[in-house]
Amino acid sequence: MKRARNFQKENRALFHGLVSFTAMEQECPLVEVKGLVKRFGSITVLKGVDFKALKGELISIIGPSGCGKSTFLRCLNGLEVMDEGAVTLAGNTMQRSTSVSQSDGDFERQAHLIRSGVGMVFQSFNLFPHKTILENVMLAPLVVNREPFEKAEANAQRLLAKVGLKDFADRYPTRMSGGQQQRAAIARALAMSPKVMLYDEPTSALDPQLVDEVLRVMRDLNEEGMTQIVVTHEMRFAKDASDYIVYMEDGEIIESSDEDEIFVNPKDERTRKFLQKFM
Amino acid sequence: MKRFLFLIWCALGCMTAQPIQAADKELRWAGDAEGGAPYEFGDPADPAKIIGFEVDLMQALVQHMGRRAVFVQNEWSGLIPGLPRDEYSIALGGQEITPDHEAVVAFTRPYFITGTQLVVGRYNESIKTLADCKGKSIGCLKESTATEILRAQGNINVVTYDDEINAFSDIVNGRLDGALVDAPVAVYYADINPKLQSVGGLIGRIEYGGAMRTSDVALRQEINTALDAMIKDGELRRILTDWKLWNPLVAEAIGQPATSEGPTAAYDRWEVQQRAHLTLMDQLWRYMGFIPMLAEGAWVTLWLSVVSMAVAVVLGMIIALLRMYGSPPVAWLAGIYVEVIRGTPLLIQLFIIFYGLPNIGLKLSPFVAAVIGLGCNYAAYEAENYRAGLTAVPRGQMEAAKALGMRRRDALRYVIVPQAFRMVIPPVTNDFISLLKDSSLVSVITMVELTKVYSQLAQTYFDYLGLGIMVAAMYLLLGIPFVRLANWTEKQFGTDIVSKT
Repeated sequence: MKRARNFQKENRALFHGLVSFTAMEQECPLVEVKGLVKRFGSITVLKGVDFKALKGELISIIGPSGCGKSTFLRCLNGLEVMDEGAVTLAGNTMQRSTSVSQSDGDFERQAHLIRSGVGMVFQSFNLFPHKTILENVMLAPLVVNREPFEKAEANAQRLLAKVGLKDFADRYPTRMSGGQQQRAAIARALAMSPKVMLYDEPTSALDPQLVDEVLRVMRDLNEEGMTQIVVTHEMRFAKDASDYIVYMEDGEIIESSDEDEIFVNPKDERTRKFLQKFM
Repeated sequence: MKRFLFLIWCALGCMTAQPIQAADKELRWAGDAEGGAPYEFGDPADPAKIIGFEVDLMQALVQHMGRRAVFVQNEWSGLIPGLPRDEYSIALGGQEITPDHEAVVAFTRPYFITGTQLVVGRYNESIKTLADCKGKSIGCLKESTATEILRAQGNINVVTYDDEINAFSDIVNGRLDGALVDAPVAVYYADINPKLQSVGGLIGRIEYGGAMRTSDVALRQEINTALDAMIKDGELRRILTDWKLWNPLVAEAIGQPATSEGPTAAYDRWEVQQRAHLTLMDQLWRYMGFIPMLAEGAWVTLWLSVVSMAVAVVLGMIIALLRMYGSPPVAWLAGIYVEVIRGTPLLIQLFIIFYGLPNIGLKLSPFVAAVIGLGCNYAAYEAENYRAGLTAVPRGQMEAAKALGMRRRDALRYVIVPQAFRMVIPPVTNDFISLLKDSSLVSVITMVELTKVYSQLAQTYFDYLGLGIMVAAMYLLLGIPFVRLANWTEKQFGTDIVSKT
């Protein structure tokens, strides 16, 4: 794994610098964002963000509250409708521009395609409270993929075992701790076999002693080669587990690099100031 | 959802398909048994049997015509509006021949003529004539000839009532100085009361005729011929005398002696029944005797309410979903539906559906009209309940479902609606209980349900208290199983499992 990551880092270096077309063809970015602009009324919360993620990377997005990092993540699977820009994810693209008019329905169709390749985990878990954990995990495969019940159930049991919830299949979400709920939410997202997992502050709502059990699952997934993009306040996790870190402030990506550089030697003054509070 | 709606429409379609057509030799006539004596009313000896001078009149009339009389019960205010529906050919129940009425219906020749009668307290010496009423409070039936007579006098405090009986109570209680009522009402309800008396002679002139569709010229002719024959052979005089209704106005109109010496058997029987003093056991036995009639009414109430509520629950959900998730024009229309239906009286809606729609060729049976009226009305309220429930489901639920690749339709079906539904069970149960009671309004469209049975019986026996308690208990019993069902459903849907977010 270590070697694989090193290989990816090399590829990363190729992207961000000195272009080698042959290498790019071999390792096309799994997620690519160009010129993403998002406005809420008169406030521009994302000011033309460019972003790439390679297959198997765990990327942490950090930054002060209100910097737009969660909005950015939600734009990746179309939960927020972007105003301008393009998102390409595993071959599917959704895009908007101010010059071409496009109905909400058209955009929603594009977003629907994108979502088939993306799993998302929310800060507040958003498990379905009227269904058991097992039913939560099985619902989308049954409804969206029309999988046979037995297959969906076997897969759901396997995923629950994987996140350490084998014995909790028949529980209702509110009868479980926050850490258990968040792991169940991860299993639910994995059931749709996503190519990319998005996490929106997955541990912010958890008691400190429950944070690690969730982060461990994410580390395991990273070992298996899952591509993951995490908006987080867990600096320790970002530092230890990420292949790559993005620092956002005021709707822009200020700095991005692999973990050693950004924590040891931040280039930008704003990044330095932000990280000082945690170090 | 679509399939379910389709089934409902099919079911409604089947019910409307039965044509209501009078057989050739039938004469279907309508009245309101709640109107009381002496027109048509439940026989105190057997309340399921309708008697009255108009019943006797129709019996005699059809004998002359070689037909068979069929009585159709309808709320009094619906008797004339119901004529175009073809369920009956002639409406009685004391229809006054006035220019206003003649503008919309055709009348047979008058079968009875009377006037109004002044009724005062037994020991009231100050009021003997209409002129004595100046400055006094006088009660009358609202929108009646008596009202016009009193208003024309001026300087009288006119108090209008839905029912003359209440005016009589107020005379006894000292709230009124007197009342001006149709003479037959005075004969049947005031003269038998030891605390009341009739003073003076008949005031004004009221002619009663059978109201018919203007297009039924031949039938009207046939009835008039039969009436003429009944006058000639003394049959009409015999019936009116039997019911103690013979008076100089009728006598003069048909050229017969002003006094009639015949027996007043029907009236005497009524008087004896009214004066009879029942022991407690008799009273209890009488109540037992009411149970079959009340049960029949309760069944109508229950069946109607259940079907209407099913329509309301399904339609309400559709409207709420359209309003919240439909395209802007659809959402706007759904909003308008809610505002219009909720903002207009159910009674008017029932009238429009039952009596108005036949004008554009849509004739619904009473049950179907009632289900549509109640169902569509309650759907507006249910839609708002659901909207509250849908709004209360956290936003994150829709986002989570979408993020899993579910389309909005599936997200609503599997994630949002089930959660909203369990939240609205208490208010929907509330509305069902309310619907059980509101269903009593359908008596205006010829349906005889629990409250109507109660009114008829109470009118017959002057027993508003005992019967009222019986009927209240029956409504309570009707509602309880549904409250239980709601509690059970709530548990099934796991209301105790509340989302933290």
